[in-house]
This record gives sequence, structure tokens and C-alpha cells, in this order.
Amino acid sequence: MKTTAGKLSAWFVATLLVVVFLGYMTTQVIQPAYVPGVASTGPAGLTDVLFYVLAAVTIAGAAGVALSRNILYSAVGLLMALLGAGSLYVFLSADFVAVTQLLIYIGGVLVLILFAVMLTNRITEVNVSNTSFGSFGGALLGISVAPVLIAVVTLTPWPARAPAALAPTTALIGNGFLTKWLLPFEVASLVLLATLVGAVVIARKEIKAD
Amino acid sequence: MSVPAIPYAPKRTAKSVVLLTLAVGFILPVALFGAILVLSPLTKPAMFEALVNQLGGNYAAWSPTAKAGAYAGAAALLGFMLLNFGAIISGTTVWWEMRVSSRMQSRIGYNRVGAGGFFQWIADAVKLLLKEDLVPAEADQLLFRAAPYFVLVGFALTFVALPFGESIIAADLNVGIFYMISVTALVVVGIMLAGWSSNSKWALFGGMRSAAQVISYEIPAGIAIMVPILMAGTLSMQGIIRAQGPWPWQWFVFTNPFAFVAFIIFFIAQLAEGNRTPFDLPEADSELVAGYLSEYSSFRFALYFLVEFGNLWVMAAVAVTLFFGGWQVPGTTLQTFQDAIGPGPLPGAAWWGLQLASLVVFVVKTLVVLNVIVWIRWTLPRIRVDQMMTLCWKYLVPFAFVSFVATLLWMIVVARYPVAATVTGGVLTAVFAVVLAVFLRQTKANITAAGDRVDLTHW
Repeated sequence: MKTTAGKLSAWFVATLLVVVFLGYMTTQVIQPAYVPGVASTGPAGLTDVLFYVLAAVTIAGAAGVALSRNILYSAVGLLMALLGAGSLYVFLSADFVAVTQLLIYIGGVLVLILFAVMLTNRITEVNVSNTSFGSFGGALLGISVAPVLIAVVTLTPWPARAPAALAPTTALIGNGFLTKWLLPFEVASLVLLATLVGAVVIARKEIKAD
Repeated sequence: MSVPAIPYAPKRTAKSVVLLTLAVGFILPVALFGAILVLSPLTKPAMFEALVNQLGGNYAAWSPTAKAGAYAGAAALLGFMLLNFGAIISGTTVWWEMRVSSRMQSRIGYNRVGAGGFFQWIADAVKLLLKEDLVPAEADQLLFRAAPYFVLVGFALTFVALPFGESIIAADLNVGIFYMISVTALVVVGIMLAGWSSNSKWALFGGMRSAAQVISYEIPAGIAIMVPILMAGTLSMQGIIRAQGPWPWQWFVFTNPFAFVAFIIFFIAQLAEGNRTPFDLPEADSELVAGYLSEYSSFRFALYFLVEFGNLWVMAAVAVTLFFGGWQVPGTTLQTFQDAIGPGPLPGAAWWGLQLASLVVFVVKTLVVLNVIVWIRWTLPRIRVDQMMTLCWKYLVPFAFVSFVATLLWMIVVARYPVAATVTGGVLTAVFAVVLAVFLRQTKANITAAGDRVDLTHW
């Protein structure tokens, strides 16, 4: 009984927070004057068509991740979403970032996800269920995040311009990492090192238990 | 009743078949490389505009839609040619590999379809296409059907940044080599999905082995690739080639002793990533039937094999780009290419001749490396899983890091005493030439000792 009461009060607090947050965001969205984005001029060119196709791929992939009942299908959806997001970086003339996205997220993260799925003990079944749970909490999260995203979409004066020619940015990024942004860069590498050590510790414990 | 012994008679190939084979063997590469040679430079925007004007059109007067459409059409044509190149080089590599392997194993090998069995790859492909496309009842239908396309896309995308000559490249990306290693990741995803969706133990084991192998060997390969990137100071494929020289002692592999180490690490890692023997654990026939492609048949099976053998070209071309000076033609400098363009909007015949020379240099180097990969497959036995992991993590990764750091120090030395690179280049080239001579002599001695003779005419 006590745990149920605790849970209920936690949900109540969460709902209250969402309502307050929503109210605050509403005032934020309504108050400032609406700044219209610079309208795209001219007919839909090749770049525009490509952009919408890639955006559709990204959104379809993301929807696949969220809605699929099969975890492998979710992984493939993730692949599509990451590919789409990576190609959208090209529209921002950030080819290095785009390719890095491809390498890290598809070559590394996605392959590791697939690997982990294959190592699960429910291996005999193709249809590994990916059932949704906590729909109430999910709805709360969705409701609270939506205003932020809507506000960002509507309030930002999105500049619509053709992507600039791809200039070599690799050296600039490298210089930036090793001069101005050295500390965040090193902190990030420290986090990675900690992760590596943690992985080794976890792996070692299992061997000792045998 | 005993079967009467048929006296051995060497197979006689009809003269017409020999002529047909020779004709196809001549026309096929000329047509393919010719199309790539002509299309690659002409589909660049500036050159395309000049071509349209040359042909009597007025490019400036075209509507934006017409410009975009025509340009997209030209680019699509180039893409189509490159894909066909990938498919055909894959088929001919199969034929070459089978001929080499049969010689190495004292077999006759392909000799039925065409002279020397040259058309066998076409016959095999047709046979595969005519078979039934089976999907196991218990398999995950969608992923099973989709997996080969991931593999094919990962392979086809590499041709975007793969150089063939000075101006013969679909797109010289600023992040070329980085792009190459990234898109090949799709191949692994396809293999893993194939292994999973087949719903078969063999396929699953194959897929998992492949994933473990590729994830592991990506690390030494990536660090080894960093060495030529450091020496060139760019990620662009053409930039890396331009930073080298045409002569062997100017190639990255010889100018820096640590780049030589890096090349060996890179080469081993590439073999492992391409699932080539001695790293063909994912499809070890004796243990796993055919690994991740156990359940595949027909067209989908053909796609996997197309990619597997087509990848040999990609591997070899990347190795040539990074370490062996790419398309640099001995006797020319980068200025020679610039000077040959001529005053007109379209480059002159001299420039096209130079492009052809660079194409030939690149293709010959690539075929030599490809042949070494084929030799290795038929020389070494398959290694065990634990050996595969030990080799990667205990030997290749540390040595790759050492060569990476040593290259940084080496570059400081070379910046102060530029003669160091020349001296190392000369010494290493000489050592390599001596080793090559010893290798050839020993090969001849081995063949003679076995009672055979060195005979290149026996096809």
C-alpha cells in the first residue's frame, strides 16, 4: 500500500509539474511577437526536393523506432533516422560532421545495438517483442516536450538559403578542438576513458564469478 | 562392369571461341574504363557547360530546370557506369581468382565456357538469376529481403569517392577517405541483419562473427589510415595521392618506415573487414555451412557475392591511394596535368592522353594489389576465432598506435631534415626490390623442385 501511495504522489507531482511547465511555456509562446521566417523564394529546386526527401526519411525512421514492436525493426528505423540526419548535415555544409555521424552512429552504435540484440537470450525468436510500457508517463513527457519544440519551430527566424559550397572544414574543427574548446574535448575523452574502464570492470567481475 | 578409362586429352578450345573470348576480354575493359575516363571529367559542372556549348547548345540560355535535369541525367549515367564497373570487375575477379587458385592447387579450373573459362562468371550469374528466390518460412520476411540491399548500397557508395585517375573520380570529397570507411559500415549492418533474419543458427553465428570481426578490425584499420592522412594533411582521396610522388621512393609506404608498418596493419585489417581468408570465419564452410548467407539463394545470393568480390577492387584501390602513390604517372608532375589543359574551354588531346596514362597506372597498381589478395586467400589457412581476436587487439592495435605516434615524430624530423624522407624512400625501395627478386627466385625454385615448370601458356 505504501509503495502505491508513493507512486501515486510521484505521478501527481509529475503531472503538476507538467501543467505548470505547460502554462509557463504557453505564456512564453504567446507573449513575444511572431517572427516570420524568411520565406523560401523561387520554385522548388533540386536541393529543396532532396531536403524534403531526406527529412521524410529521417521522420519515417524516427517513427519506426518509436512505433515498431520488433526491436530489430526499431534498429533499422534508427539506421534510417541517423542516415537522414547525417545527410541533413550536408545541407549545412558540414560534410565532416555528416560523415562522422555515419561512422560513429551507424558503424559503431547501431552495429553494437544489433550485436547486443543478437546476444540476448531470447535469441530463438525472431519477433522479439518491443512492447510499450508506461503510457501515462510517456504521454506526460510528450505533452511537456511538445510546447518546447513548437516554440522553437515557430519562434526561430529560420534562414532559408542555398547550402554553401563544401569547404574543407576538417582542419578548422581540429584547430578548434585543440585550442578554444580544449577543455570540453578533454572532458569528453575522460568520460570515454571512464566508460572503457567501467566496461572492463563489468567484464572482469563475470569472469571471477565463474 | 568397370568404366572404361578415358585417355586424358588436353581440352581443345575452338578457334572461334578463343577469338570471341579475346575480343570480349579486350572490348570489355576498353569500353568500361573508356566510359569512366570520358564521363568522370565531363560530368563536372564547368566541364559539362563547356561540352554543351561545344556541341552547339547555349548552356547559359537553358532554364534552371533543364540545367538541373541534364546535369542529374549526366551524373546518373556516370553512376550507372560505375555500378556496372563494380559488377563486372567483381565477375572477372571471380574468374581470375578461380584460375589462380586452380593453378596453385594443381587443378585445371574453369575451362568450359569460353577460352580459359572466361565467360564462367556470366554463366554463374545467369544460373543464379534463374534459380528460385527462396525465403525460409520461419525467417523475418522483410529484413531477410532487405538485407542484401544494405550490403549492395554500402558497396556501391564507395565508388563515389574512389579515384581512377587525375580527374577521373565521381566526386573528390573533402572527407573522401573518411567517407569510404563510413559507408562500408552499411555492409556490416546488412550482414548482421541477414544473419538475424534468416532464423538459422549457422546464419546467426556467421552474422555475429562478422560483426565482432569488423568492429574489432575497424580500430587498427582506422588508426593505420591516419598515418597517410597525417603525412598528406588532408582527408581527400585525390589530396592524399597528390601529396605523394610518382616514383616508388616517393610513395608513402616507402618514404616513412612507420607508414610501411601502417600499410601492413591496414592490409591485414582490410582482409578481415572483407571477410577474406584467413579471416573468413563468418562464412567458414566447414563449420557454418555458408555463415550469414546459408539461407540465401538466387539473386540475393548473387548480390552478396558481387559485393564480396567487388570489394577486392575497392580494398586494393584504397591501399593504392593511401600508400602506393595512386595514379601519379612517372615522369610527370601535377603541373604537367595543369599545363596540358590548353586554352580552350574543353581540355586538349594531351590532357586526355595524360588522363589515360594516369588511369592505366592506377588500374595496373590496383590489379597487382588485388592479385596479392587472391594469392593470400589460397595460401593461408583460416585462423581460429581466438587467434583472430588476439591478432587484432594484442598485436595490430598496439602496433598501429606506435606507428601513429612515431609518424608524428617522423614528420617533425622530416620537417627539419627533408633529406630523411628521400633517404628512407631510396633505402626501403631498394630493400623491397631485393625482397621481390628473392621471392620470384624462390617461387621459381619451388616450382622446379616440385617437378613442375614455370609455364604461363598453359591455360
